[in-house]
Amino acid sequence: MARVKASTEREQWSGQTGFIIAAIGSAVGLGNIWRFPGVAYENGGGAFLVPYVIALLVIGIPVLLLDYSLGHRFRGSAPTVFRRVTRRAESLGWFQVGISIVIILYYTVIIAWSLSFVWFSVRQTWGDDAATFFTGDFLRVADEPGIGLDVVPGVLWPLIGVWVVVLVVLALGVQKGLERSNIIFLPMLVVLFAALVVRALFLDGAAEGLDALFTPDWSALLHPGVWVAAVAQIFFSLSIAFGIMITYSSYLKRRSNLTSSGLVVAFSNSSFEILAGIGVFATLGFMAHQQGIEVSELEGLTGPTLSFSTFPQIISAMPGGGFFGVLFFLSLTVAGLTSLLSLLQVVSAAFQEKFGWDAKQAALRVGAVAAVVSTVLFSTTTALYVLDAFDKWANEVGVITSAVVMTILVAWRLRMLPQLRWHLNQVSSTRVGPWWQYVVGVLVPLVLGYMLVSGVWTLIAEGYEGYPLWFRLVFGWGAVAFMVVFAVIMTRIRWVKNPDDFVPWPPLPTGGLTKSGDRS
Amino acid sequence: MTPTAIVVLVLALTVVWGGLALAILNLRRAPVDPDDDEPETDQPLAGDGSGPAGRR
Repeated sequence: MARVKASTEREQWSGQTGFIIAAIGSAVGLGNIWRFPGVAYENGGGAFLVPYVIALLVIGIPVLLLDYSLGHRFRGSAPTVFRRVTRRAESLGWFQVGISIVIILYYTVIIAWSLSFVWFSVRQTWGDDAATFFTGDFLRVADEPGIGLDVVPGVLWPLIGVWVVVLVVLALGVQKGLERSNIIFLPMLVVLFAALVVRALFLDGAAEGLDALFTPDWSALLHPGVWVAAVAQIFFSLSIAFGIMITYSSYLKRRSNLTSSGLVVAFSNSSFEILAGIGVFATLGFMAHQQGIEVSELEGLTGPTLSFSTFPQIISAMPGGGFFGVLFFLSLTVAGLTSLLSLLQVVSAAFQEKFGWDAKQAALRVGAVAAVVSTVLFSTTTALYVLDAFDKWANEVGVITSAVVMTILVAWRLRMLPQLRWHLNQVSSTRVGPWWQYVVGVLVPLVLGYMLVSGVWTLIAEGYEGYPLWFRLVFGWGAVAFMVVFAVIMTRIRWVKNPDDFVPWPPLPTGGLTKSGDRS
Repeated sequence: MTPTAIVVLVLALTVVWGGLALAILNLRRAPVDPDDDEPETDQPLAGDGSGPAGRR
């Protein structure tokens, strides 16, 4: 068969380092800073690190390598990759794009809040009552969950600003936009956060905070919930199973060291989480010391409450608090931006390939629509409730469903794991053993399947946060329904350029592969 | 800090940051070969478009 030159060459990272930096930028996000420390503390402290490291090795890294092998072998966005795997699986790719869209809509506004708080830190605008300032003066949160039309100007303008910046980066493409921005932002994040941690370690009470985080409660290891929390932390933190790593690895050159890159990305993400744990709990120790209480008596140790209520209180009580606040909220902004860019690239790449658009067209058309929807939904007084529902359902139903379906499809329906393991070993220096197939094909679907069923059952039986049924149906289950409907509709639309004219490289050995991925 | 917390902190740093250091060393020891025998584009071969690539 003759080699043909494609009309337009696909974009690529400038090299392996550019890819690794962008992949770390994607994995290190808000969850590393505001989720990991609190989750670790609430699930056995130091003992949590045992299930955490095990989950990293047996769930996180294997699924990360599954994403890499799919994206790198089939060279495309999630819909293109799954279409090339088997036509009927294209909708799974669009489902993953749908998840990214839902997350993008609310992730952007959190970055806008962080950006605002950089400025608020300088003047400590929140005064004596940071919690009331955040939900009252700043967000003007409505009394009840609902569909609000009252726009909050203090949120609207930063949100528009964030959208302008990320759409410009997106329009510049993979190398000039994504790679360059990550090369600036990731080192900046490390420097900012390292400075914050050093400052935190010299605060009064820092040792008590670290004691609270690292003193192990070994009995916690007997609770299945602690193991589920560890798997969830690793799983949601690594940006796996919803298209990001598939898309990113598809821009790698054909000869790329996939497994070694994956190990660097996974351990970098966890290294940052440990660093965040040290920084956050040293700071919380200071707060407890100031109030003359134990760290265990503090409240608001995770999520937006930690960042936008608890931390401002600490900043006010701290000598040189303004500088510390700038470090913290700039870190949050930068960590969020690099993750947001990766989510946007999932959507942009999928539309580029389906409709034959370039990066600018995708940024202008899809990005503009997302920007408008995000601004309408999240610059109003009900934004916090909608954000909470989107986040819960997109992650705990959407992402886990995607992972379970993907592993079952690849392992059991198509029996492709030997081919993917062979691909990883062909291009990488660190070989993957047959164990990988058993982990991805058996352990991952079982563990994540259990999490999915128990999570969905809890949402149905107990609801969530006391939100009324109609609200959960519209913004919780409705978000999941959007992903499904979006996937069905997008799959039915014709491709401008046939994605099926494609042969994976390297070609499979003529004798075929055994079930364990070795030459027969 | 209590001795137990210090030991766990050091262990966590050793395992996770040590893992990162080893992963970086491993990556640096295996430089990537130049792409000299691979297809020039992502549509390397003229297929008939009749079926998905993964099943061939």
